[in-house]
Amino acid sequence: MIKQLSGNEAVAYALKQLNPDVMGAFPITPSTEIPEYFAQYVADGQVNTEFVTVESEHSSMSVCIAAQAAGARTVCATSSCGLALMYELLYVAASCRLPITLVCVNRALSGPININNDHSDSMGARDSGWIQIYAENNQEAYDNVIMAMPIGETPWVRLPVMTCMDGFITSHAVENMQLLDSDVVKRFVGEYKPENYLLKKENPLAVGPYDISAYYMEHKVLQAEAMKAAKARILEVAAEFERISGRSYGLLEEYRMEDAELALVLIGSTAGTAKAAVDRLREKGVKAGLVKIRVFRPFPGQELAKALAGTRAVAVMDKSEGFSANGGPLFSETCSALYDCKERPYLINIVYGLGGRDVTTGDIEKLFGRLANIAETGDIGSVYTHMGQRSREEIA
Amino acid sequence: MSKIYNLKREVEKPPRLTGGHRLCAGCGAGVVVSGVLRALNQEDRAVVVNATSCLEVSTFMYPYTAYMDSFIHSAFENSAATCSGVEAAYNALKRRGKVDGTVKFITFAGDGGTYDIGFQSLSGAMERGHDMVYVCYDNEAYMNTGIQRSSSTPLFARTTTTPVGSAGQGKKQNKKDLTEILVAHNIPYVAQTAPLGNFKDLHTKSHKAIYTEGPCFLNILSPCPRGWDYPMAQLAQITKLAVDTCVWPLYEVEEGIWRLSYIPKKKLPVEEFMRPQGRFRHMFQKGNEWMIEEVQKQVDQRWESLLEKTGA
Repeated sequence: MIKQLSGNEAVAYALKQLNPDVMGAFPITPSTEIPEYFAQYVADGQVNTEFVTVESEHSSMSVCIAAQAAGARTVCATSSCGLALMYELLYVAASCRLPITLVCVNRALSGPININNDHSDSMGARDSGWIQIYAENNQEAYDNVIMAMPIGETPWVRLPVMTCMDGFITSHAVENMQLLDSDVVKRFVGEYKPENYLLKKENPLAVGPYDISAYYMEHKVLQAEAMKAAKARILEVAAEFERISGRSYGLLEEYRMEDAELALVLIGSTAGTAKAAVDRLREKGVKAGLVKIRVFRPFPGQELAKALAGTRAVAVMDKSEGFSANGGPLFSETCSALYDCKERPYLINIVYGLGGRDVTTGDIEKLFGRLANIAETGDIGSVYTHMGQRSREEIA
Repeated sequence: MSKIYNLKREVEKPPRLTGGHRLCAGCGAGVVVSGVLRALNQEDRAVVVNATSCLEVSTFMYPYTAYMDSFIHSAFENSAATCSGVEAAYNALKRRGKVDGTVKFITFAGDGGTYDIGFQSLSGAMERGHDMVYVCYDNEAYMNTGIQRSSSTPLFARTTTTPVGSAGQGKKQNKKDLTEILVAHNIPYVAQTAPLGNFKDLHTKSHKAIYTEGPCFLNILSPCPRGWDYPMAQLAQITKLAVDTCVWPLYEVEEGIWRLSYIPKKKLPVEEFMRPQGRFRHMFQKGNEWMIEEVQKQVDQRWESLLEKTGA
């Protein structure tokens, strides 16, 4: 079924089709529409979810943790400071091995307060033990939510899943998209059947112990193993999803990378802009390509190294400023992924698009120009720079 | 309750908080939790929730749990939201025919986790109307981290963050009246109690809270021999003195009706409660008589006001 939906409505529609047991709901721009749409589904009797309208995102995640531990399938949506308020509990959710689904509509973190898109919110949660899957557009935002539960609930994974989409750019723009039949979605996702849960009559369960040093490390290693195992499961679910949808997904997407010499690595909606720029450059004979990271946790290091093999110069584009003074988080991951390669491309880091700063095909083409120059001269210049900001003179 | 309260019969029930936990000797928390859980009908299941606290780290240290019922702890400041999440799951799964039988939801948190850091979560859960009981075991400071002041710490009490020195005389601020704040939430049942005597008051109020539909709140005084600095064998005496001096009055508010549960035969002066406790020792030094007078004045005022509200 083809529909014209915004990213938020598409996600809300997916949640309606999934009809989760419990949803924690708290408003924050730009994710607010998701609980709004869902509240209407509840009011219209189209779902029979327990819709818990909490007093903060902290309580939203607390409700999800407790409800999932109790045996329910739970979801919530948030953005920016809302996700930051959840940080403590994201770690709790992951360490309790609770496959909650969270939709993060990416927005800049305060301060200063800003409601527009960048990835600083979910990047701040990158080490919390959640699987993170990023969407380029509305279609992917919808598809990722439907794939989240079959990934997270797998017994040998049992990890929470965060599906991310760019605030406003994806969440509010309306696009043509393909929706699956609700029956197909329900069959695909199936029933949630946890082995142990608080409300299981036959066997009480205790969750969230004080874990002393004699056990803590073993538990963390199990968590780390689960994250490694998630990689294969994500691909398996993608393959199953392709069978019902015809749409194919990997850990990353390679765009015109077969013979690319110059390449970008980036996340999210900018991939659309970059693809247009790559096409234009290809017409001019430039061997340009793009790697879009779809799954950031677990990080597809080997796959990325393979994708970049044969390139001469690569720009890693971070839509968040990590303040490490050594580049953004995607850059660090990419550097690590390439370190063991015999032949490495020149690598630079561009931090861009903070707080909704626009990025155009022109900006991307200019960046490819810089990469061409690096490939030719071997002179990198500054490894880590920002893009799109005005100079002090321009501001004055 | 159908049967007349009988302590012997109650303590012969199989315990729902078993021995072997790691709470200090003489700690009020274990007595409070056992007392509340005893008020569950034996055939009913429960899910117990803890905030991070002395209680939590002492009763569920991996791989051992002292609870016979299902249990969840998630963090310090979210035990009310956590309990509401379990209750939400119960409603959802019951509606979908995936669970059956009666399950009760009971949260235990200390005063730090209730009056302070968990206050928002508590207020939210009460306002939303979940069918749950929130129990604050109030020992009047952050005991788990080593006796730091909370907004429940009484005026002038010595803690490690309100020490006594040449320029400091303990806590400068009053204790927050949390029970009355909960009354202002217009929930079905709010009560203040203590592990007093044969625990009848504690038992009756716990049973009422557990079996009243909707959100209910119990504030239970829980003396701490470490933080209050009194001999550990004197839990019962200290509790009795708190009640007989009217420092900790026992009362309940049911559907908006205030009811006093206990009027001391002889209202004792506050010194009787304070003298045995090291945390108030500096108040008994020469020249500090005004401090005790100030506390007495405040206790009297609050007692008068409570008498008025309860029509006693």
